[in-house]
Amino acid sequence: AFFWLVSLLLASLIWFVSVHLSDREDAKLQHGLLIFGAAVSVLLQEVFRFAYFKLLKKADEGLATISEDGRSPISLRQMAYVSGLSFGIISGVFSVINILADSIGPGIVGIHGDSPYYFITSAFLTMALVLLHTFWGVIFFDACEKRRYWCLGLVVGSHLLTSGLTFLNPWYEASLVPIFLITLCTGLWAFFTAGGSFRNILKCLSCK
Amino acid sequence: MITFMNNSDSEEEPCNERTSLMSAESPPVPSYQDGLQASEAGEAQAHRKRRTGSSRSPNNVADGDTSDLGVPVRESALENEEEELTLKYGAKHVIMLFVPVTLCMIVVVATIKSVRFYTEKNGQLIYTPFSEDTPSVGQRLLNSVLNTIIMISVIVVMTVFLVLLYKYRCYKFIHGWLILSSLMLLFLFTYIYLGEVLKTYNVAMDYPTLILVIWNFGAVGMICIHWKGPLQLQQAYLIMISALMALVFIKYLPEWSAWVILGAISVYDLMAVLCPKGPLRMLVETAQERNEPIFPALIYSSAMIWTVGMAKPETAARGPSQQTWDAAEDGRENHRSPSHADCQVSETRSPVPTHPITSFEELEEEERGVKLGLGDFIFYSVLVGKAAATASGDWNTTLACFVAILIGLCLTLLLLAVFKKALPALPISITFGLIFYFSTDNLVRPFMDTLASHQLYI
Repeated sequence: AFFWLVSLLLASLIWFVSVHLSDREDAKLQHGLLIFGAAVSVLLQEVFRFAYFKLLKKADEGLATISEDGRSPISLRQMAYVSGLSFGIISGVFSVINILADSIGPGIVGIHGDSPYYFITSAFLTMALVLLHTFWGVIFFDACEKRRYWCLGLVVGSHLLTSGLTFLNPWYEASLVPIFLITLCTGLWAFFTAGGSFRNILKCLSCK
Repeated sequence: MITFMNNSDSEEEPCNERTSLMSAESPPVPSYQDGLQASEAGEAQAHRKRRTGSSRSPNNVADGDTSDLGVPVRESALENEEEELTLKYGAKHVIMLFVPVTLCMIVVVATIKSVRFYTEKNGQLIYTPFSEDTPSVGQRLLNSVLNTIIMISVIVVMTVFLVLLYKYRCYKFIHGWLILSSLMLLFLFTYIYLGEVLKTYNVAMDYPTLILVIWNFGAVGMICIHWKGPLQLQQAYLIMISALMALVFIKYLPEWSAWVILGAISVYDLMAVLCPKGPLRMLVETAQERNEPIFPALIYSSAMIWTVGMAKPETAARGPSQQTWDAAEDGRENHRSPSHADCQVSETRSPVPTHPITSFEELEEEERGVKLGLGDFIFYSVLVGKAAATASGDWNTTLACFVAILIGLCLTLLLLAVFKKALPALPISITFGLIFYFSTDNLVRPFMDTLASHQLYI
């Protein structure tokens, strides 16, 4: 979570500087700068995810050397899951908590012509994003571990794609549906990367 | 100081010294055990091993070299076990400290966000006499710096006074002072707090009920903190008084002064604990020399301690040794002394039958807790509370400060596991907290707001 926050900080620094250096009145330019800021933020998040991976790898080695049986008590997969989850949680919380706080207060949604479904779509989007971050974390760490760089590229690409799709809001059909599809696919991919299979599911369901 | 100004009171001065005093962390109990059993080479080996093992703390290199004293090396099995125990318990301690710090912050933030009283400006403490209502920026800055200087000097004077009292064994005076200040906190501040909460939620309460509630709360609190009580209840009370104190600070410190004071106090903490002549360091060292625990009303301990309820077969055997210990200590609190009495008692108890020893050993292991000063709780909560109060109603800033403080605490505990001596808990956390507060408030907030208004997600 800390690493995600630092990446967010740097990204917003870049955006802030660019906004101040540019023309405030030009709406198109501002919109363009926003897109640029969002893209930079996504890239920085992935960079920091990689940095966190490196840090955890070193800690893993350290734990392994001092433990009794030569293996660390936490597997890399668990660390990947936790790291993805924490990225997701902090990202989701940052996106949604102000909206939640405002939703308590008096007000009418969409009175100025925006969509009246703002709150509920925000909720769904946040959920999708949290899940996506978790899945990306698992896939990312596994890809770094096995040095499959095309996997890495795919993760970064899908993150950029998801973020880009949110730019199509409030055209919710075009943004929500693809994002959920991406979530499902990434989820299945992460499941198989983490070593799951149909047999495991069957075993789990029959409680063996 | 008896002059009053809007609820600031003589309470403040003991609490100020309490906060500054308690920015020190006393080392975890392992260091006592280590001192009794082993040579320092064991630790040097541990440091060297840790250096090769994890590259997280580059300080280890210097540490390992300087602590190598050429004393005969211990068996590697014993070292491994010791290291592993330290790291295992280190991780456990981090969690054990996260929970109370988080709870304290949650209480403070919840109160700030709901009860209006604590965000209204109703005057200032006498320790910060300069007002910040001036029109020019330079004047305001100057006033806040002057306020900070006054506050810090008050804290320094109080701390030095306390250390002198401790050195010259004026225990009764110190006890009286602490009892008076916790009395004030538990009764007066709780009364005000309860009054404000009831006002906010428009709930009526008659005076007899109020007196009953506050009397019970205060009396049990005094007993728990200064005498014996279940560990969790004691921890809960310490968290509550830290939260109350933090709320008072948030209310009565003007804005810019608060931030400058936070920065200055972390610098002071660093110096007071690490410099050889620093008052806090002298306090901790004197306490260690005399093998006494530091005052229970000023430190939060996460370890399990002997309580009255834990009457087991051991207590019979422990009885005589504990009594001599207590007599020697001039009537200090019993519930702290056992954690040190254990060290001596374990050596004298080896011929005792197996059953008490095994349960004793297992309890002994649990003794290895970490102690965090209450001042640290207070200042962390002040930072997060101020962020919640003044950051334009933004939750992101509060959350960012919260994460920053916890990470700082993590790092400090890591350093503690490496250095194994009292470390200041404030500097790293407060630095991170301040950086994140200012940057989140000024840089991240417009970014996130613009993104949210277009419903864009990153």
